[in-house]
Amino acid sequence: MTNNFEFEADMAAKKIHVSREFNATIDKVWKAFTDANVLEKWVAPKPWTAVTRVMDFTVGGIWLYAMVSPAGQKHWVYAEFTAIENGNAFSSIGRICDGEGNPVPDGPKSYRNTKFSAIDCDRTKVEMVISFEEESTIKWFVEGGFKEGTAMTMNQLDELLASEYVQ
Amino acid sequence: MRRDVFQAIADPTRRAIITLLALQAMTPHALAEHFDSTRQAISKHIKVLTECEVVTQKQTGRENYYHLNLKAMKEIDIWLERFRKMWEDSFNQLDDVLKDL
Repeated sequence: MTNNFEFEADMAAKKIHVSREFNATIDKVWKAFTDANVLEKWVAPKPWTAVTRVMDFTVGGIWLYAMVSPAGQKHWVYAEFTAIENGNAFSSIGRICDGEGNPVPDGPKSYRNTKFSAIDCDRTKVEMVISFEEESTIKWFVEGGFKEGTAMTMNQLDELLASEYVQ
Repeated sequence: MRRDVFQAIADPTRRAIITLLALQAMTPHALAEHFDSTRQAISKHIKVLTECEVVTQKQTGRENYYHLNLKAMKEIDIWLERFRKMWEDSFNQLDDVLKDL
C-alpha cells in the first residue's frame, strides 16, 4: 500500500513540508507522536537510538531526549511544546541542548507544526511544516546529529564535489 | 549579520541572477542587460551573493566575470537529501511500531 511520503523544501522561505500516510487509526498515530515510550521506538533512524530524560506533553512542557550514536555518544535535543490541540495538532520548537536541557547558546532552532487527519476511518495522514531561522540549523540537525555511521563524511563529499565542479 | 545561502535565494532578483549564472559566467554589463533595475541595484544584489559565497568574481583578460559557485548550491541539496532520508527511515520504522500498538 502506498504511503504517499512527500518531502518538499521551500528554500527561499526556509520551510520544509513533510507528509506521510500511516495504516493505523488517528488515535494510535497521535500516541506514536506524543508518548515518549512509543516515540523512542521509531524516531531515531537505525542504528541510532533515542533515550528520553523528560517528557511533559503539555503547553510549555518539554520532551528532553538524546539521540544515541552506535558508539554510545549522546546528542541531546529538546522539543518545547508551544500549542496542543488534542488529537489533531501540536506545535513545537526544537533546540540542541546539554543533558540538563540547557540550550546551546546561539544554537539553532527549528519550529514544527504537526497535523493529524483521519482518512477512510482506519488510516491517518500526518503533515508537518518545519521552519528554520537560518541555514546553519539544517547543517546542525543533519550533520551534527547523524554524521556518524553514514558512509561518507562531509569532507569526502566536499572533495568529491570539488573535483566535479572544478572549471 | 552572517550571510548564508538562504539569504542568497530569498530575493526574486537574486534567484533570477542565480538562474542566469547557472547557464554561463557573465560580465556585470551583460548581466545588467537582463534586468530593468539599475546597474547599481544589480551590483548590490551581486554583493550579497558574493558575501553568501554563492557568486565569485574572476578576471578573464580585461573583463570581470561573475561565476556561480555550484558547490555552495549543491551543498543545500545534500543536506536536504539527508534530512529527507532521515524522515523517510524513521517513518518506515513507525509503520512497524504502529502494527504492535
